[in-house]
Amino acid sequence: MPDLLLELRSEEIPARMQRKAAGDLKKLVTDGLVDAGLTYEAAREYWTPRRLTLDVRGLTARSRDVREERKGPSTKAPEQAVQGFLRSAGLSSVDEAEIRTDPKKGDFYVAIISKPGRAADEIIADLLPGVIRDFPWPKSMRWGAASGPRGVRYGEIEGRGGEALRWVRPLQSILCTFGPETEEPVVVDFEIDGIRAGNVTYGHRFHAPGPITVRRFDDYVARLEAAKVVLDAERRKEIILADARNLAFARGLELVEDDGLLEEVSGLVEWPVVLMGEFEEDFLSIPSEIVRLTIRANQKCFVCSFSSLQRGEVSAKRTEGAQSATPPLEEEGKLAPHFLLTANIEAKDGGKEIARGNGKVVRARLSDALHFWKTDQADLPDLGRLTASAEKFGLDLKKPLDQRMARLDHLGVTFHAKLGTQGERVERIARLAEELARILEKQGLHPTPDLRSDPSLAGEGKARTAPLSSPSEGEVARRAGGGGHSFPTLARRAAILAKADLQTEVVGEFPELQGQMGRTYAALQGEHPSVAAAIEEHYKPQGPSDRVPTDPVSIAVALADKLDTLVGFWAIDEKPTGSKDPYALRRAALGVIRILVENGVRLGLSKWAGKDLLSFFHDRLKVYLRDQGARHDLIDAVLASGASDRTPAGQAARAEASERSERSAVSANNDDLLLIVRRVEALSTFLDTEDGKNLLAGTKRAANILAAEEKKGTRIAAAVDPALFAEPAEKALYAAVNQAEKEAGEAIGKQDFSAAMRALSALRGPVDAFFEQVLVNAEEEAVRANRLALLARIREATGQVADFSRIGG
Amino acid sequence: MHLSRSRLRDRRRARALSDPFHPAVKGSRTGAVFDPPELSVTRNLPDHLHPSRSFQGLILTLHDYWAAYGCVILQPYDMEVGAGTFHPATTLRSLGPRPWKAAYVQPSRRPKDGRYGENPNRLQHYYQYQVILKPNPSDLQELYLGSLEAIGIDPLLHDIRFVEDDWESPTLGAWGLGWECWCDGMEVSQFTYFQQVCGIECAPVSGELTYGLERLAMYVQGVDRVYDLNFNGLEGADKITYGDVFLQAEQEYSRFNFEFADTELLFRHFADAEKECQALLEAGARPATSSPHRGEGGSRSEPGEGASPHRLVLPAYDQCIKASHAFNLLDARGVISVTERQNYILRVRNLAKACGEAFLQTEAGGMNMDKEVA
Repeated sequence: MPDLLLELRSEEIPARMQRKAAGDLKKLVTDGLVDAGLTYEAAREYWTPRRLTLDVRGLTARSRDVREERKGPSTKAPEQAVQGFLRSAGLSSVDEAEIRTDPKKGDFYVAIISKPGRAADEIIADLLPGVIRDFPWPKSMRWGAASGPRGVRYGEIEGRGGEALRWVRPLQSILCTFGPETEEPVVVDFEIDGIRAGNVTYGHRFHAPGPITVRRFDDYVARLEAAKVVLDAERRKEIILADARNLAFARGLELVEDDGLLEEVSGLVEWPVVLMGEFEEDFLSIPSEIVRLTIRANQKCFVCSFSSLQRGEVSAKRTEGAQSATPPLEEEGKLAPHFLLTANIEAKDGGKEIARGNGKVVRARLSDALHFWKTDQADLPDLGRLTASAEKFGLDLKKPLDQRMARLDHLGVTFHAKLGTQGERVERIARLAEELARILEKQGLHPTPDLRSDPSLAGEGKARTAPLSSPSEGEVARRAGGGGHSFPTLARRAAILAKADLQTEVVGEFPELQGQMGRTYAALQGEHPSVAAAIEEHYKPQGPSDRVPTDPVSIAVALADKLDTLVGFWAIDEKPTGSKDPYALRRAALGVIRILVENGVRLGLSKWAGKDLLSFFHDRLKVYLRDQGARHDLIDAVLASGASDRTPAGQAARAEASERSERSAVSANNDDLLLIVRRVEALSTFLDTEDGKNLLAGTKRAANILAAEEKKGTRIAAAVDPALFAEPAEKALYAAVNQAEKEAGEAIGKQDFSAAMRALSALRGPVDAFFEQVLVNAEEEAVRANRLALLARIREATGQVADFSRIGG
Repeated sequence: MHLSRSRLRDRRRARALSDPFHPAVKGSRTGAVFDPPELSVTRNLPDHLHPSRSFQGLILTLHDYWAAYGCVILQPYDMEVGAGTFHPATTLRSLGPRPWKAAYVQPSRRPKDGRYGENPNRLQHYYQYQVILKPNPSDLQELYLGSLEAIGIDPLLHDIRFVEDDWESPTLGAWGLGWECWCDGMEVSQFTYFQQVCGIECAPVSGELTYGLERLAMYVQGVDRVYDLNFNGLEGADKITYGDVFLQAEQEYSRFNFEFADTELLFRHFADAEKECQALLEAGARPATSSPHRGEGGSRSEPGEGASPHRLVLPAYDQCIKASHAFNLLDARGVISVTERQNYILRVRNLAKACGEAFLQTEAGGMNMDKEVA
C-alpha cells in the first residue's frame, strides 16, 4: 500500500500556532481523501518553525468504481421533464437511458451513472490546492508581487488581487510524494500561485541551507536530521528538557519547569541547543516573580532555583572549593542567578558568544526591572503638587504607595469617560468598603489582628488563622485593633491603596502583577497585613475556579470594588450583551455571588442595585447554582416566591423578624443572595423526603384547581370563614395551615429554612385528608368560595418558601 | 531604543512617507538579480569605519548594502516621529500599486523611554534604519540575513531567530505580520509584511525592515553601554562617542518629557494639528479653481478617469504626524488614562486614514497608472 508524504515549508510559523496547524492539516487531508473514496491505515503530523509535515501510511492506490442508478420520469412524461432529467443525470440523449417497467406506474426512464475509480495521486493533486487555499490559520497574510492588483505586472509575476494565496507567513515550497515502499515514489503534481509541488526540501537555515531530494517519509526524516532539523516537536521538547535539567544539575541547581515556555521554545528551533547564562546576584533582590516573568516574557528563557535535593553535593563542592554557586541552606528553592536558553545552532565556539549575548540582554532586562522596583519604592518628584489629593484621601506622603495613589488622583486619570476619574472611583469604593465593613462586623466578621503591633498576641502568631468569626476571637480582634485598626478603618485604608499600584512602574511593565505588587509595596511600607492582603485580593475571584478571599478586609474591598463597577456600568447602560462583555461584568457579578455565598455573608443588594441589576445577579446566581448541581426549577421556584409573601401571617413573621435582625428575613425582592441559596438547599432536601413529595403534589393540586376556577371566574372568598366549614377535614386543614404558616414564617424569620420546611411538612396529612374527604366544588356557592379560599391558603403558606407551581415532577 | 515595552504599546507608532517629490522607482523589478556586497562590505570605507568600530560605519555599511540592491537612499524626515514607519516614504508609499524601494535612517522619539541618560540601554531618542521594499521580494529573509553578515554578524556564531511579532499600529490603522529578529536573544530588527496601512489594504504587500541601530552597534562593537559606542571610529583624542553626541540631550529631554512639557499646551497642539489636517485634506480635494499658479478653470470632475488629483496630501500628513507626537508626549506625562488613550489613538487613526485615502488620489499613489508599466 502506498504512502503519502506532504511538507509545506514556509517562513517561520509562530510557535503558538504550529501544533494546531499540523493537526488541522492532518484532519483536512485525511477527511478529503476519505471523502474521495480512499482509505488509509495511519496518519501522523509533524511540525517545526518552518514546516508542517504529514505522513499518511497505507493509502489505497485507487478509489473504487461507483455505479449509481437514478430513477427518471415516466416515458409518457412531457418532453420538458424528460429533458430536465437528462440534463441532471448528465445524459446527452434519451437513448442513453434505460426503460424499466413498473406494474402500477408503467414505463419510466432510469439513468445508469458509473464513475470509474480514480488514481490516488490524482485525487491528492485535486484535493491539496483547496486544503492549502482554505487553511484555517488564525491570522493569515498575502505577500510579494502576487498580492498586487489584478493585471498589474511586477517583473515576471502578475498581481492576483483578492485571489492571491494566503498563508501564515510566505509559503516557500511544497513537497509531495506518493508511492509504495517497494517502488520509486512519484511527485504528486500540482501548483498553487506559482509554487509547484516537488520532491525537494531544505535543511536547517544556517547549517544546511542546500536542497535535499526526498523519496518518502523515512529518508525524509533521516535526511532532515542529518541537515540539523529535528522534525518531531515532542523529541525537541525532550531534548530541551533533558539538557536543561542536566545543565542545571551540573551546577547544583534545579530547573524551574514551565510547560508553556517549553512548548513555545520547542516551536522556535529546529535544532535545539541548550546553553546556560548568568546574571549578577544583585538582581535577586527583585522579587523572584518579577525576575522570572522578566526572563520568561522577554527572553523566553528558563530560570533555575537552588536545589534542595542536591544540598549535599553543593556543600561537598563548597568544601572542595569548587567555583560553582554555593548557596547557603536558607536559599533553597530561591532563584539562582542563572538562566537557560535554547539556541537554534551548534555554534562554532560552543555557544560562548550566544550565552554571553543572551546574558547581556537578560541583564539589561533585569536592570530595567530593578529600576522599576526601586523607583516604585522611592519618592515621586514634585510631591508638593500632590498635597490636595493626599488630604482628600488621608494619605501619608512619606509613604511611596500613598504617593502613587495621590498621583493617580492628581493626574485625573480617567477610569471611564462616563464614570469619572480613577480618583473618584477610589473614593466611592472606599466609602462603600467602609459601609460594608460595618455590615460585616455586625455579622461577626472581624479582621485578623496585626500581631506585629500587639506584643501580647505576638506569641500566637504561628497559630493564626485567616478569618476570625467566633465572638471570643472577635473580642480579641477588637482589643487588638484599637482606634486606627477598626474594621471599617482598615477596609477604607485598603480600598484607598487598592488601585495605587496602577501608578507603579512594575505594574506598567507587567500588568498581570497588578494587585500582587500593591500588596508587596504595602507590606514594605508597614501596612496592616489585612490591608496588604486586601490590595491583592480585592481583584479576586477572577473566575469560577479562582480562590475567593476570606479575610474580612479583603471581602469588604472586593465586594465594594465589584459592586461599584456593576452599579456604575448599569447606570450608564453599558450592560453585557450576548457574547460581548468588554468590562467583564459577568465575572464581577459572579465574584460578588461567590464571595457572599462561600463566605456565608448576608447582604441586601437592593440598597445599591436597581431592579434590572438585581435580576442580572439572579441570572448569574442561577448559572452559578446550576454549575454547583442545583436544580434549575428549584432556583426559579425560590426566586418567584419572594414577592408572594403577602399573607397576614407572613407579614407578621416579617415584622417580627425585622425586629430581631436589622434586615427583613424574606426580602420582598430576593436581594439577599445567600438566603436564596439556603432556601434552594432546604427546598431540595425537603423535596427528597416523602412528606416533601406529597406536599408538593397536594399544593400543586390545590394550585391547579385554583387556576382553573380563577380562569372560569369562580368567586374565591377573600378570607377563610371557619363558620362555613362543613367537614372535619376542612377544620383540620385550616388549623394546620394556620399553624404551619405561623411556624414557617417564624422559622424563615430566623433564616432557618429547614425548620420552615419541617413546619410545612405538617401540612401533608391534612392536605391529603382534605382532598380525600372534601368536595371542593360544593353546591352552595359560599361554601365553595370558602373552600377555594382555604386552598389559596395552602398555596400561600408554601409560597413563603418557594413557588411550588414552578417545581417540576 | 525600545527594549522591553514592545508588547505593551504599538511599537512603531507611525511610519511615514519620505521625500515627497521623489518619483516612484519605475525601472525596478522584483526579479532583478542582486549580488549582495561581499561579507566585509565596507568596500570603499577606511578600516576605522568598519561597523565593529564605528556607529556611523554601521550606517554607511547598511546604506551601501541597500543602495547596491537598488533602494533609493533617503534622508531622515524632518519631523518628530515615534518610528521610521511614520516617514511618508513608508506610510504613504506603501499604499497604491507603484513599486518602491527605499532605505533611510530615521531618528525616532519615544518620550516615555527617557531615563535621564542613566540607563545603559534605553533612550528617548534613537535611530532606526528603515528599509521598505514594495512588493516584497520572495527572498527578503535572505536579503536581511545578508545585511547582517555585511555588518559582521556570522550566523554560525550567533543565534539568529525570527520570533513571531504581529505588528499593529492602531494610530496608523495599520497592521502586518512578521517577526522580531533576534541575535543571541536581543531583538535587533523588526521584519513586517504590511497587510494594511491607513486602513487601506496593501496591494501589493511591502516588506519592511527596521533595524535598531544603537542596539546593533552595541552588539557588533561589544559595548555594554550605549553612550560608550564609538561614533566616528577614531581613537584617542579624535574619538567621538555616542555619549559625546547625545548624553546631554537625553538628560534634557527626559526632564522635558516627564517634568516640564506643558500638558495644556500639548492638548492644544493636538487639537490644532487635528484641525489643520482636516482642513488641508478638504481644501486639497477641491480642484485647483483659483490657484494663482494654474490658470485652468477647474471644472469639478467625477472621481475615476480624469479626476483631479489631491493637492495637499503631504502637508496634511505632516499634521497627522504632529498630532501623533503630541499624543506621545501627553502619554509620557501620564495624563491620559487607558480609556482616553483609545480615543486619542482613534483620532490620529482617522487622520491617517484620510491622508492615506487622499494619497491614492495622487500620481505617486498610482492614480492613472498604466497597468502594464508597474
